[in-house]
Amino acid sequence: MMTLTVLRLLNPSVEVLARELDKRVLEAPDFFRHLPVILDVEAVASSDLYLDLPGLAGLLQARQFVPVGIRGGDERWVEAAASAGLAVFPVDRESAAGRRAPAEAEPEQPRQAAMVVSQPVRSGQQVYARGGDLVILASVSPGAEVLADGHVHVYGTLNGRALAGVRGDSEARIFCQCFRAELVSIAGTYGINEQFDDNLVGRSVQVSLHSESLRIERL
Amino acid sequence: MAKIVVVTSGKGGVGKTTSSAAIGTGLAAAGHRTAVVDFDVGLRNLDLIMGCERRVVYDFVNVINREATLNQALIRDKRMEGLYILAASQTRDKEALTIEGVERVLTELSADFDYIICDSPAGIEHGAMMAMHFADEAIVVTNPEVSSVRDSDRVLGILSSKTRRAANGEAPVREHLLLTRYSPARVERGEMLSIEDVGEILAIDLLGVIPESQAVLNASNAGIPVILDEGSDAGQAYRDAVARFLGEQRPHRFLQAEKKGLFGRLFGG
Repeated sequence: MMTLTVLRLLNPSVEVLARELDKRVLEAPDFFRHLPVILDVEAVASSDLYLDLPGLAGLLQARQFVPVGIRGGDERWVEAAASAGLAVFPVDRESAAGRRAPAEAEPEQPRQAAMVVSQPVRSGQQVYARGGDLVILASVSPGAEVLADGHVHVYGTLNGRALAGVRGDSEARIFCQCFRAELVSIAGTYGINEQFDDNLVGRSVQVSLHSESLRIERL
Repeated sequence: MAKIVVVTSGKGGVGKTTSSAAIGTGLAAAGHRTAVVDFDVGLRNLDLIMGCERRVVYDFVNVINREATLNQALIRDKRMEGLYILAASQTRDKEALTIEGVERVLTELSADFDYIICDSPAGIEHGAMMAMHFADEAIVVTNPEVSSVRDSDRVLGILSSKTRRAANGEAPVREHLLLTRYSPARVERGEMLSIEDVGEILAIDLLGVIPESQAVLNASNAGIPVILDEGSDAGQAYRDAVARFLGEQRPHRFLQAEKKGLFGRLFGG
């Protein structure tokens, strides 16, 4: 069993896709690097985007994704995929997709134990807890970045960036003792320093996601 | 075995070379055989600050390239017993510092000295990486302003992850903060970060606070390490810092703005 990330195309515009991808990649560059993806074209199957499938694959490769195949679409898509050297995955049975995935795909990871960091995270450093929570016992400096698939806890001052649920877990939260973050993000929804309420700065807070918007509350 | 101490900062112009010269001189004055090595290849300054620029024949790069022996290149300080300088090459660039070459020179120096002070160039490129790679201890020179503090923070991150000690999983490089160009009056007016502000972000042990002082510029121009100017506040602050480095407990001085007398207030200053 493998897990593969599925990129669902909702808009037949290549420009929109490029823009969205750039936004995502900026949020967590390390996470997306060399990430194998399947393009789900179900929603755009009726468009003539299949003509530009090699272009789409190139667009992904340019952002260091590894496109391995497509899912959905009719014979035109299957043909286009074959000539672009991409696999075609069946739509409904995702388990079948796993068997045919190439060997470099990442294995499915059960939720892992939290990663605990006791040293300060300095400017320019990035700490990513893949598959679990991240607990930082010291401060996160301005210009540093901490990421986790699960929750992020910072027991010192959070001066840098914190991103929780970077693989889409919208239940993930950020907790910190002293909130001075440059940026916080949960499952891709982010807020920057300028938008934060002055009454929250310097306080201990938690950040959570409620119907697509960030909520920052004092603890 | 010598203790290898890197004097680094990230940002330029904060006082690395001034501090290297002062601390090297202070350690030698305390009876420790000390070599100060200039890693700023291409922008050689240490020899000027230490007043031996006319005696540079062979330099660090010559020793690395085996064009000269260490004994030929080491310059003995005229004022202080047990103090030696290894000058940088002015005509080469940082790429001349190979990791094997640097290691060989430092190992050779280790046999003969108690302390090796590596005066790092600014930045986090090759020259700076070479200066810090073999360090046992680091003195991070920081000015009380935000960009210097951020750069120092970056350097501290590199010290804990990219040095030989980090690569070998040994005990981490011991880090000391040296706050230079500190002006208590400007801190009081809110124009400069306070010691507490800097300490909060960098969170490392404070080795010393060197006040902003005319004596530093005078000393540089004269080629005499400022620590030898015993009457000056900066010289005394460096003395304290060296004593703390050697394990002595000393209170920090020169942290309060001087109260101006009537004349001072009338005529400014």
